[in-house]
Amino acid sequence: MNPVLEVSGLCKSFGGLHVTRSVSLSVAPGERHLLIGPNGAGKTTLFNLIAGDIAPSSGSITLKGQEVTLSATAVRAQLGLARTFQIVTLFGRDSLLHNVKLALLGKSALRWRSWGAFDKESVLSQRAMKALDAVGLAGKAGLPLEQTSYGEKRRLEIAMALAQNPCVLLLDEPLAGLSSEERATITNLLGKIDRSITIVMIEHDMEIALAFADRITLLHNGEVITTGTRQEVVADPRTREIYLGL
Amino acid sequence: MGLLLCLPWWAGGVYYINLASQILIAALFAMSLNLLVGYAGLTSLGHAGYLGLSAYVSGWVMVHLGWGHPAAAATALAATTAMAALFGLIALRATGISFLMITLALGQILWGLAYRWTAVTGGDNGISGITRPSPFGLDLGNASYFYFFALLVFALVWALIAVWVRSPFGASVRGTRDQPRRMSTLGYNVWLIRWITFILSGFFGAVAGLMYVYYHQFISPHSLSLANSAEMLLMVIAGGAGTLSGPVVGAALVVILKNVASGYIDRWVMLLGFVFIFIVMFVPGGIVAGASRIAKRWAPQHPPSGIQRPAPAPEIAVENPATGTTP
Repeated sequence: MNPVLEVSGLCKSFGGLHVTRSVSLSVAPGERHLLIGPNGAGKTTLFNLIAGDIAPSSGSITLKGQEVTLSATAVRAQLGLARTFQIVTLFGRDSLLHNVKLALLGKSALRWRSWGAFDKESVLSQRAMKALDAVGLAGKAGLPLEQTSYGEKRRLEIAMALAQNPCVLLLDEPLAGLSSEERATITNLLGKIDRSITIVMIEHDMEIALAFADRITLLHNGEVITTGTRQEVVADPRTREIYLGL
Repeated sequence: MGLLLCLPWWAGGVYYINLASQILIAALFAMSLNLLVGYAGLTSLGHAGYLGLSAYVSGWVMVHLGWGHPAAAATALAATTAMAALFGLIALRATGISFLMITLALGQILWGLAYRWTAVTGGDNGISGITRPSPFGLDLGNASYFYFFALLVFALVWALIAVWVRSPFGASVRGTRDQPRRMSTLGYNVWLIRWITFILSGFFGAVAGLMYVYYHQFISPHSLSLANSAEMLLMVIAGGAGTLSGPVVGAALVVILKNVASGYIDRWVMLLGFVFIFIVMFVPGGIVAGASRIAKRWAPQHPPSGIQRPAPAPEIAVENPATGTTP
């Protein structure tokens, strides 16, 4: 099957600092792909390159067979790329419902309309309520963001990404900083995501991440050390040496 | 609104009616700047440039080419909006303090042009002899009629901005102010959204510029000065950026201070400075935000009707037997 996301020979350097060195990655439709590596391995930089927040020095990125190496972030989002951030990035002045509606509006032609009240867009509201319901936040839809917990904000980020009906979802440490109870909630949530959505995830909680992943890529100092199925990568002695520290 | 409609009857003189017109015109400027500063989060220091361009273009074609009012107004609006589109292309390469510096520089270029391009602008002398329009045969030379005209334009602009702010596009603009990175991740073209807002702000600035030149019937480089741009920004921030009524309140404050205080003290600009510092330090978010905070704080203690507070009644009933006092 043709890969839905393909990265080849991707390099990025900031001055003399090479943060991404000739990274190649191929993700098949429906795959759950895990990116692991020690701090500073270049995992989030790779996400930023794939999402379009920064431009690569060389190499190419293909999304659904379309070359997007130099496309704007918004263009990639319209093509079906969604992501969550390592540091929660939400609209703090607004309600949970408003946050999800903005996610839906981003993919709707309505976003250029300069009349009619956004708060009364009932079709968007209904779809947003469904997305909130899927992550168990429907009861808090009207609350301002500041009155929600950190774990709820994480769930809201996932709800916003899923509301966009993406084909590729990039999850940057979705479990970071959460209690074990909240981790279980989110793990359960991630497990329920439809296989029509391909997921690339950065996560340090090995127990959960390994159970989730089909394939794993190990990054170290901006380079791909090894990539393969879960069993292959876990069995690789370099994984143990570099990452698991055994 | 009713009070505003019959202002000429209670204001007590032409001076006060003219003061009200000045406030409305200043409010138009502040409202147009607020689109950029308050809703898009882009602080601009070049807004007086639009005032000037719109006023100069309409004044020049009327005085030198003898054009009528409708054609002059349309040309001024079109030229200023086009200039805003061009300035937007330049200024929106940056955000934050760099954006502010670029808008300042662009505003200063227009000021310099007005000052130095004597053949067209009349240099320091400006362009005088501009007349007021007379829609439907009404003579706007009359202070009351001009006030009503200004009020009509003000109400129209207010309504348009109110609709725009609540619209899906308005929500997108506020999104780019709060989380630009998240917005582009969600599929929004942040740059384009900002550019459209920049142009809209320029268009409404041009409307305000027309009203300004109708009121004064004269335009000189002084009106394009950096001090004027700063004063508009001050109105927006003092009143409350990102609110509908904030810029109007700010405009009223500045115009009244300017006209009233300058009668008593020479250094009224200093007073304006103190007021501004006071607002920034003690009423963050501006007068409108501050007033609504105070209103909220007082609301639970002074409810408008008794139905909202049933709680105290049983308290008293319980308390009385305990203290042994007879009701």
